[in-house]
Amino acid sequence: MLGLLWLVPVFPFAGALLLAVFGSRMGAKAVAVAGTGTIAASAAISLLIAAAFLGAPPPGGAYTQTLWTWIDAGSFRPEIAFHLDALSLVMMLVVTFVSLLIHLYSTEFMRGDEGYSRFFAYMNLFVASMVTLLLADNLLLLYLGWEGVGLCSYLLIGFWYQDPVNGRAGQKAFIVTRVGDTAMAVGLFLLFYSLGTLRIQDLMHAAQTRWSTGSPVAIAAAALLLGGAAGKSAQLPLQTWLPDAMAGPTPTSALIHAATMVTAGVYLIARTHVLFELAPPVQLAVAAVGAATLLMAGFSALTQNDIKRVLAYSTISQIGYMFLALGVGAWGAAIFHFMTHAFFKALLFLAAGIVIEALHHEHNIFRMGGLRRELPAAFWMFLIGGCALAGLPAITAGFYSKDLILWSAANSAVGGMGLWTAGVAGVLLTSLYTFRLIFLVFFGPAATPVSRRPGLAMVLPACVLAFLAIAGGFDKAPFLAFMATALPAFREASGGMSELVSSVAAGLAFLAGLLAAWYAYVHNPALSRAAAASPMGRLLHRFWFADWGMDWLYDRVFVRPVVWLAAVNKADFIDSIYDGLARLAALGHRLLSVTETGKLRWHAAWIAGGAVFVVAIVMFL
Amino acid sequence: MLPVREGFVLAAILFTLGLTGVLVRRNVVFVLMSIEVMLNAAGLAFIVAGARWRQPDGQVVFLFILAMAAAEVSVGLALVLELYHQYKSLDTDAISRMRG
Amino acid sequence: MTTVFYIAGAVAIAATIMMLTRLNAVHALLYLIVSLLAAAVIFYDLGAPFVAALEVIIYAGAIMVLFVFVVMLLNLGEQASRAERGLLTPSIWIGPSVLAAVLLAELIWILMRGSVPPAEAAGAGPAEVGMALFGRYLIGVELASMLLLAGLVGAYHLGWRRVPKAKVIHASRS
Repeated sequence: MLGLLWLVPVFPFAGALLLAVFGSRMGAKAVAVAGTGTIAASAAISLLIAAAFLGAPPPGGAYTQTLWTWIDAGSFRPEIAFHLDALSLVMMLVVTFVSLLIHLYSTEFMRGDEGYSRFFAYMNLFVASMVTLLLADNLLLLYLGWEGVGLCSYLLIGFWYQDPVNGRAGQKAFIVTRVGDTAMAVGLFLLFYSLGTLRIQDLMHAAQTRWSTGSPVAIAAAALLLGGAAGKSAQLPLQTWLPDAMAGPTPTSALIHAATMVTAGVYLIARTHVLFELAPPVQLAVAAVGAATLLMAGFSALTQNDIKRVLAYSTISQIGYMFLALGVGAWGAAIFHFMTHAFFKALLFLAAGIVIEALHHEHNIFRMGGLRRELPAAFWMFLIGGCALAGLPAITAGFYSKDLILWSAANSAVGGMGLWTAGVAGVLLTSLYTFRLIFLVFFGPAATPVSRRPGLAMVLPACVLAFLAIAGGFDKAPFLAFMATALPAFREASGGMSELVSSVAAGLAFLAGLLAAWYAYVHNPALSRAAAASPMGRLLHRFWFADWGMDWLYDRVFVRPVVWLAAVNKADFIDSIYDGLARLAALGHRLLSVTETGKLRWHAAWIAGGAVFVVAIVMFL
Repeated sequence: MLPVREGFVLAAILFTLGLTGVLVRRNVVFVLMSIEVMLNAAGLAFIVAGARWRQPDGQVVFLFILAMAAAEVSVGLALVLELYHQYKSLDTDAISRMRG
Repeated sequence: MTTVFYIAGAVAIAATIMMLTRLNAVHALLYLIVSLLAAAVIFYDLGAPFVAALEVIIYAGAIMVLFVFVVMLLNLGEQASRAERGLLTPSIWIGPSVLAAVLLAELIWILMRGSVPPAEAAGAGPAEVGMALFGRYLIGVELASMLLLAGLVGAYHLGWRRVPKAKVIHASRS
């Protein structure tokens, strides 16, 4: 049964090929069946594999399936091989199931779009790349999947390419993640150069035996990998691309930029946890990046007026929580939060998609309102997802996962209380912006009329996700035990906070945010408007709306100098070397053509002169 | 006593005189005449050498030179006539369209 | 023998110089014929009577006559002679003369350098020349004949002038 592992990425890949070649000739129904069917097959096989894995765990808790040798160059022999352990199994299951639900959703969401088959081809290719990334046995294959998901992200962000804004958003995403990818590639070079292998298991073992904790090589390699992870997961300082990536279709935003691709960085760090444990400064940096990002994105989310951008900043913020967990050594907690986040964030995006479709592509939340009555399904979906996101105590999955992270942060060996405070402040912010969103969209007077109701294909996946968003948190203990077979357990420092205190604090933060949002947006909207209109309010609003000015900063520091350099070098001084050669030849031509007078005596005189010269040579040599 | 060296010197003098004629005179007919002088001088050198080594080869080569000169003169003078017909002038400096 | 050589040589040089400096083409041609005759004398003196005869018959007798015919055809006249004078200014003949003088000096220097073992005068008669020509140098003879053919055809083609149609019609009518 485990031998079917290779089918999991191959099915979507075959689907992508099929749709790419024949998609334009297939009918919409055939495209939907092909596009979703491959993912369904993938998910079914994942389930079978999970059952087999859990029923009869392979020795060492890991199963490796080698397909063939990819490159054979001396000592460098990466293979196409898949490695299945608890970590990759869980992530593969989540990815395939959430992908299946979102594909089902998009059969109705994307109906009527002229790029219907192209969309499913790209989405299938994405799932294939993502699964390859997760199952990769060596870092080179992982990098292949990494680049593959980056490519699909670019293709899907700029899916409606006729509008140049979408193309630019795709370019921005690609270029910013490329910065991270380059750091990661350098990290791979460094790892191979130092340790001689890229097979992850061998690499971790070699690093543990050969490098001491805190050695410069380990720090350098871990820092470079962190750069790559920060790029792909939209963390500080490479988070500027994710809000603009919302230009893509909503199912894309749900799948790629919420549930799966952006968590690739989290997976990378978890997978190479040995390196990070060998480089404590870098691990602290991971936690710091996570904490800073979750706060920054939280503030930015407060000011957004596009429904999808709020959710984008929310995604950045929640991944910050995952990074925080990784940074304090709570590996299992980070993956647990990944799973619950995938459920409720995808749910939120799907519900947002329902709202957007219903209001005929209206994105501005200030132009929505009162949809509680018109779209009850969307309202309940959004409410469940929002509560899970903010962490409604006891009944939502998000509460359990976030709480675990907060408690781990409080009890970590370094910077415990600071990180915990940041996390709790983040809970407050999350609750605030989530309920702001809910109150503005679903309560109050109706602003835009509803033109389209969602069909079953859109509501059913959302319902499934809603169920998972509630129930997904109840299996915390067995989940963590299962993760412990692949990842080290959390080492708690003594004398920390108890779990109860942390939970209560988080719950209080949740309530505070809820109440504040209710007060500002339902009970007394005039107050919030007055606060926003005050000079301080306006300044903060502008600052947070522009993502703490990071786009402006990057434009000034990076983009403008490069553009200026290109303009200065328009004549291209390197080209002028070759140009100069050509001009030299032309000059020679002009000089020598003076000798072509066409006069007989002139040419005869030159011949005579030549004869004199040659005879002179003969004479004197 | 065969005047070998003097013969060669004579040939050299005649050759350079012919060369001077080619370079100095602008009339095409004079140029052709000067070329004939040069050819004759070369032939003289061959004859002297052939006599020195008591072989007929020098004379044979002179015969070939003669044949070549005959062919060249006939074609050349035909060209001169054509030139005069076209340009109404025999000045070589004026016929310099192949310049540049 | 040597005296004949020196006298004939002096005549050849003098005639050539005269030829170079004439303004009238026919005068120059006559001087050139004299120079060629002097060369024939030298050839005979060197023991090459066959070539001496050929020089007179073909070079002086055919080629130069051809020159004379063409000059007559050109019908240059007095005006051309005067134009020629203008073309012989010092600025024109100084440069080439210097160049030719340098070449001559080089050639004489080379010739004077080596030592040539003396030899008795002995030529080769016509029979020997004929044997060599049609024996060893047969291919050369064939090539020369092809060259002459080419010259013949070329000269014919270049000299052929198309008769204007009007004259032909006029001639046929009358």
